[in-house]
Amino acid sequence: MAHLTSTPVLEPVQDRTMILNMGPQHPSTHGVLRVLLEIDGETVVRIMPDIGYLHTGIEKTCEAKFYQQVVPLTDRIDYLCPMTNNLCYALAVEKLLGLEIPPKAQWLRVLLNELTRINSHLVWLGTHAMDIGALTVFLYCFREREDILRLFEAVSGQRMMTSYFRIGGVALEPPLGFFERVREFANRFPSKVDEYENLLTGNPIWVMRTKGVARISAEDAIALGASGPTLRGSGVDIDLRRDMPYSGYENFKFKVPIAQEGDVFARYICRVQELRESIAIVQQTLDGMPEGPIKADAPKVVLPDREKMKTQMEALIYHFKIITEGFAVPAGEVYQAVESPRGEMGYYVVSDGTAKPYRVHMRSACLANLQLLPKMCEGRLIADVVAAIGSIDIVLGEIDR
Amino acid sequence: MPLAPAITDLEQLKEHPAIACLRAWNSAAVAGAKFDREEISIFIERSAIREACALLRDDPACPFNYLSDVTCVDWYPSEPRFEVIYHLLSIPKKERVRLKVRLGNDSPALESVTAVWPSANYFEREVFDLFGIHFTGHPYLRRIQMPENWEGHPLRKDYPVEGYR
Repeated sequence: MAHLTSTPVLEPVQDRTMILNMGPQHPSTHGVLRVLLEIDGETVVRIMPDIGYLHTGIEKTCEAKFYQQVVPLTDRIDYLCPMTNNLCYALAVEKLLGLEIPPKAQWLRVLLNELTRINSHLVWLGTHAMDIGALTVFLYCFREREDILRLFEAVSGQRMMTSYFRIGGVALEPPLGFFERVREFANRFPSKVDEYENLLTGNPIWVMRTKGVARISAEDAIALGASGPTLRGSGVDIDLRRDMPYSGYENFKFKVPIAQEGDVFARYICRVQELRESIAIVQQTLDGMPEGPIKADAPKVVLPDREKMKTQMEALIYHFKIITEGFAVPAGEVYQAVESPRGEMGYYVVSDGTAKPYRVHMRSACLANLQLLPKMCEGRLIADVVAAIGSIDIVLGEIDR
Repeated sequence: MPLAPAITDLEQLKEHPAIACLRAWNSAAVAGAKFDREEISIFIERSAIREACALLRDDPACPFNYLSDVTCVDWYPSEPRFEVIYHLLSIPKKERVRLKVRLGNDSPALESVTAVWPSANYFEREVFDLFGIHFTGHPYLRRIQMPENWEGHPLRKDYPVEGYR
């Protein structure tokens, strides 16, 4: 973060150019991103993102918590896809522990993870369209997002900061009638995606604002560390769910949408197609949801059920020990990456054999994707900067941590 | 599933494509290796990191063409204190490898890999900001998360977590 009173980060190189400050409080920077633009008329000569306004030191905080206490912190990193962060952290610690997760918990995680992806993409679509001037889409997207948030509330008690995935499984059995509600939503949702596409995909204004704008080649995207739909929009065929499966993703059939053009429109198409693929995965999880326990059989790590805790001495002791002392994790290190709605979300967890993580590092997809912005925008108009920022789908909470 | 013990013997791991590639180039650059929990870590000598990265990126057998992440771990008070960690991904082969460079406490510095992957820019700035490790040859090594006039490096283990600054 550049100090506002110190020397400017960017100084004009020529007399004819000027510096324009955009943000950190700007409606189209999706949070507190500050962008410094050097402009010549309306053309952007240089662009420089300035971040750090939302830095809360989560990585440092994690080092002072027990392993299970870190889960609620992971929600706060990326508040649009809390379940993805929960999952990535839980998978990393489970890998450190060598825990085996029962199939029902894995399938539940996949189900909720895909709903989270839809939730995140809906916010992206609504705000991105609003930035470019299509205000209606925002209301449509938030209508469906509300349904998903109600599902989250039903399953975890929280609309946004769910903390539903725990180390060793999930927190609770889903409530009665939950799967029927998800089924009802999943049957209805594809027609809603048609509605969004009716408003945007063929809309000449939308196409003019997005086609050929903020183009990035596959080589540049790889070199600059892009991932997720931002990378796939440039024609690179990689999706960690399919290529390096985790949490039972190998059991599901889905297509990975790719577009070749590398412009804002290509990234838009990739994400909209992903909405359809995600709902197809949700349908598959509902069709084949296995029976069985939702927590791993590891009494030293996983909290016992309340009923057992009240009737069995041993369960009470384990409960007390986990809450007061945590659980020791064998020394070692793990890098676990998952495909978040924005790209490769990675957790690097180092254990020194105690009950608190020695180091937790989050690999933020947005931080890397943001590095594409100068390449995308230099030489183009200011209005395209807004389209480019929207198209890489940034969440500042994840960038700054 | 019980955890398998880690393999730390370099001779046992020499078949791994990344290790084979690096040892064929300069066996002195590889200081050690570890295979633990299905993940491979290679310890690289400090002076060789940029060339090792460039070599792995262009290796025709298994090109690790994508830099996922750069981070650091502070092992204070033991020495060498810092470990700078690079996570590499091979998009064609879907493989991962972790490179590690150990650094001592007095003025920790190593060569930047921004010339190999421009994506290292923000990652290295973050490591510089939060750990105080200098990357020589970095195009714009300034604080990224903390304010410019901040003192100290918060993710170091000897940074106070409470009290007045």
